Amino acid sequence: MQAYIVRRLLALIPALFFASVIVFVTVRLIPGSVIDLMLSQNDISADKLSREQLVSALGFDKPIWEQYARWMGGILLSGDFGRSLWHNTPVAELLLARLPVTFELGLMALAVALAVAIPIGAYSAMRQDTAGDYIGRSFSILMLAVPSFWMGTMVMVFPSIWWGWSPEVKFVAFRQDPLHNLSQMILPAVILGTSLSAVTMRLTRTMMLEVLRQDYIRTAWAKGLSESLVVARHALRNALIPVVTLIGLQAPLLIGGAVIMEQIFVIPGMGLLLLDAVNQRDYPIITGVFLIVGVAVMLINLLVDLSYGVLDPKVRYR
Amino acid sequence: MATLAGPLARRTASPALQFLGRLFGEKPLGAIGGIVFLLFLFCGIFADLLAPHGANQISPINRLKPPSWAFPFGTDNLGRDVLSRCIYGAQLSVIIGFCAAGLATGISVVIGILTGYLGGKVDLITQRFVDAWQSFPDLVVLIVVVSVVGPGMAQITVTLGLLLGIAGSRIIRSAVISVRENMYVHAAQSIGASTGRILWRHVLPNVLAPIVVLFTTRVGAVILIESALSFLGLGVPPPAPTWGGMLSGSGRAFMFHGPWLALAPGLCLTVVVYAINVFGDALRDLFDPRMRGSG
Repeated sequence: MQAYIVRRLLALIPALFFASVIVFVTVRLIPGSVIDLMLSQNDISADKLSREQLVSALGFDKPIWEQYARWMGGILLSGDFGRSLWHNTPVAELLLARLPVTFELGLMALAVALAVAIPIGAYSAMRQDTAGDYIGRSFSILMLAVPSFWMGTMVMVFPSIWWGWSPEVKFVAFRQDPLHNLSQMILPAVILGTSLSAVTMRLTRTMMLEVLRQDYIRTAWAKGLSESLVVARHALRNALIPVVTLIGLQAPLLIGGAVIMEQIFVIPGMGLLLLDAVNQRDYPIITGVFLIVGVAVMLINLLVDLSYGVLDPKVRYR
Repeated sequence: MATLAGPLARRTASPALQFLGRLFGEKPLGAIGGIVFLLFLFCGIFADLLAPHGANQISPINRLKPPSWAFPFGTDNLGRDVLSRCIYGAQLSVIIGFCAAGLATGISVVIGILTGYLGGKVDLITQRFVDAWQSFPDLVVLIVVVSVVGPGMAQITVTLGLLLGIAGSRIIRSAVISVRENMYVHAAQSIGASTGRILWRHVLPNVLAPIVVLFTTRVGAVILIESALSFLGLGVPPPAPTWGGMLSGSGRAFMFHGPWLALAPGLCLTVVVYAINVFGDALRDLFDPRMRGSG
């Protein structure tokens, strides 16, 4: 088991190396380089001298491979992601401040998605081709088509018009006031979660249909077990293994959706950090966010693979 | 004799007609989805003729008018007709959707067929690359790439094509792997047919069904992602009438006075993507019952 984890972690290295090189190089190709932007915004006359000073102060005069080596070395040796080009804050500090917010939003959305998808999916399968099944399936196909940013927009607009209620814009951190924070996060989490639940619901239904026809389910029924026991202990546990894989595959969607929710509800997470950084061409922040997101997705998938062992005792790691 | 007449009679109908018959008979919802999809295509192609007003025709006396006979979807803060903007938005979505989905499918087919058929080291390395590629959220990659190449229709089309094309190669690859082991492929190999000929004449025609399904679902995915990008202000720049863009930017502040501004573009998106998804599902079920429920 430990050997398996170590090997999986080692396998992440080449993938991350490629990803980091690609993002490091492409981000530096951004037209309208940060130098021009800074010069124009600071009202410095763009004469040759101040421009060159700025270039060397930001380290852009070095060859690109040296810039990359410095940057990567900093991350690996001291967790230093560089500093923001604009406000000189260490990127690591920004990432640390923003990461928990997005993580919280993602986790809540995932909880909502599962809480919606698994019961409805299981019910749909148990009562196949009844009205309930059709309603559940229609709901899931509909959720696939409704863009989450539209749902978010409507939640912002209509309650405000009808009842004069609108979500707060001032964000309260979890540490300051947990309940207040949760009440702010629940709305974006529900929107994101329901839009993600569609695929999970469909897969739960398909898997349950397959499992419910297995011999051991008939045995469980024959033993005289109640329906809740058959479903919870025998059917669901076997049906959920592919669903867990799907959660890993959906991690990128979850993060992409979080970017949109953070934008709509003004939640200071990684997504808003990225969007602001892109508008300001703040390379170190863009590369930092990108790398952290990639690592997060890869780790989530590793956790998913490890969780098979808990769900399915037949799985052994070698 | 009656048992013989059935299959013989059926053989005379053209395969396309036969397929349409099955689509309408077995999958009525999918058929309706297909019709809605075609209507939307039609709207996009003939937007210039259908739209009652220009997409950017400003009319100061008609600012923020609620829906009426003259303006069925109302007007926005500049007095532009929302219905016309939605129709022109369909045009943008059609062009980007079809071009990007076409490019994506093409890339998926080339990568999928080559790696699936050749196998071995090429396959292994490509698959690890695809793995790494899939670890990055589409939207995050797009935000970064669009910030590099700049917003615009061509850039978004190419980026989306590449992005979805690499991810979709898995689906074609797995279809090719199952075709590869068929007797007719072994027969072709044994008479010394070239790899190119086998891929073109034997493998490609037999993975056409997943290719068509992949293309259909990709059109829906592209339309959704493109609108999300426009919503974030990174899509085709204003004043182009993108559905995502109409829900964001300057229009946002005016939605509180004109809630119809928030409804029309989102409704268009939902209906179209819903229609495409239902249609794609129906196609998949008809082409290959084994693929049912996957994805």
